[in-house]
Amino acid sequence: MNATVHWTAWGVFLFFFALVTVLGFVAARWKRADLNHLHEWGLGGRRFGTLITWFLLGGDMYTAYTMVAVPALIFAAGAYGFFALPYTIAVYPLMFLVMPRLWNVCRKHHYLTLADFIEGRYASHWLALAVAATGVLATMPYIALQLVGMQVAFEAMGFGDVKQGAEIALIVAFVVLAVYTYTSGLRAPALIAFVKDIMVYVFVIAAVIAIPARLGGYGAVFAAADQAFTAKGGAAGILLGAGQTMPYVTLAIGSTFALLLYPHVVTGTLAASSPGTIRRNMMLLPAYSVALGLIALLGYMAIAAGITAKGNAIVPALIMQSFPEWFAGFCFAAIALGALVPAAIMSIGAANLVTRNFWRPYINANMQPAQEARVAKITSLVLKFGALLFVVFLPLEYAINLQLLGGIWMQQVLPAAFIGLFTRWFRAEGLLAGWALGMGLGTMLCWLQGVKPVYPLPGLGAVYIGLIALTANITLAALITVIANARSKPHAKDATVAADYEDDAALTRS
Amino acid sequence: MRRLLLLVPWIATLTPALYNQRQPYLWGFPFFYWYLFLWLFLSPLLIFIVYRGRRA
Repeated sequence: MNATVHWTAWGVFLFFFALVTVLGFVAARWKRADLNHLHEWGLGGRRFGTLITWFLLGGDMYTAYTMVAVPALIFAAGAYGFFALPYTIAVYPLMFLVMPRLWNVCRKHHYLTLADFIEGRYASHWLALAVAATGVLATMPYIALQLVGMQVAFEAMGFGDVKQGAEIALIVAFVVLAVYTYTSGLRAPALIAFVKDIMVYVFVIAAVIAIPARLGGYGAVFAAADQAFTAKGGAAGILLGAGQTMPYVTLAIGSTFALLLYPHVVTGTLAASSPGTIRRNMMLLPAYSVALGLIALLGYMAIAAGITAKGNAIVPALIMQSFPEWFAGFCFAAIALGALVPAAIMSIGAANLVTRNFWRPYINANMQPAQEARVAKITSLVLKFGALLFVVFLPLEYAINLQLLGGIWMQQVLPAAFIGLFTRWFRAEGLLAGWALGMGLGTMLCWLQGVKPVYPLPGLGAVYIGLIALTANITLAALITVIANARSKPHAKDATVAADYEDDAALTRS
Repeated sequence: MRRLLLLVPWIATLTPALYNQRQPYLWGFPFFYWYLFLWLFLSPLLIFIVYRGRRA
């Protein structure tokens, strides 16, 4: 805990926080529509064009926690932590293939969630429920981690003698966030993302120019990191060490799969105004990956600058040491706002799932549109307060560990969701069994390793557990499908036809 | 078939043997790092080619 209070930093921070709060409420009037309809509240009426989608998805996928945790990983683990780069490169070609198809079929059938699509495609309540439950379960710790990102920024600015200062600040920030998300829905984070993302770019540009200049240039930064890792010994270094290639590659691939299936990414994508909007963004969003790569290098800069802080406190410590206080406040505001945007979209995405795929089929099948929107709004509140309680009362490791598990879980819906966008070959019962196996196996292997992401496979080396579980998942699903086909069991109904997945020339000029 | 271009960024960045080395340096960056940054620009270019191909 920081004993000194940095008033200037707090002042700058509070200015931006207030600005964003106003925007959050004004957003209810932006692109005006009846927010008592779930597709308006929870998907912004599917009216976000290329620029808005760029800010929204960028603000959504590159979270505050990423900005803090990736440099911390690089600081400790070197090149291995850089798997975030191939990961955020590989994500876009895949998204380019998959997401326009998902958008088309969802638009055609008025689906609001991935589980809605699964329900229509496979006519299986159980499979839809499995997909929805996975999304909600994986999202909750992710929301909690956004709070951690904020907390780190608060603590760097200091609270003096106020004990629990960080908790109080978190509660205030989250109550404000919860209220404007309730009133404005997805429009709030979309509008706020404009401010937040511009601030992040300013912070990154300043950091990658000013900090290395002070430390003697990038050559010196890499040399210092190289020396520090060599002195420490071990596998970490500025290049991948022996045995690190396999985990680096599999973590990148698995994380790519998981990211695209998370409810907040699906929600952000479905809110786009056309499949062309999505495709154009696949060329524009890598700009955020450039920023992420540069932010990652802050880890090496921290080594070169002799930062002694640990873990997530590294980036704030480096900011405090490198910049005048007012600009440090600006950077912390960027990080804290970087938590609000994804936290809002995550809670909306998860609330859409609960409303459409749990409340509607199991609690009240005859909801009026206004009731549906109300259930979602209240769910988004509950989810956010759940995350808040989690962070305030439980040790930080819980949120981090659960988020790690969440990524492994999320991948297990890939066969039903993404393969399902291209073929109906898999049977619902096979997919469900595969999902259950993947969830169980992934959780168990992760647990056996002491909650680590990789598991040593004989002959292969350490492989990302998510991919091991996914392989078992697909194998079992295929096996059951083959057996069912051999017995020529009748196929379940499919509400979609091939044309639903292609661009509708009459509707959209791509 | 243009869509196969989308595989190229995967192969290029997920095969560390291609770039897990220090030399040559560029502006102080070891090859490992500037190669990955380079692909952040090449990948959108390839996606652009596929995107244009769709409309043609």
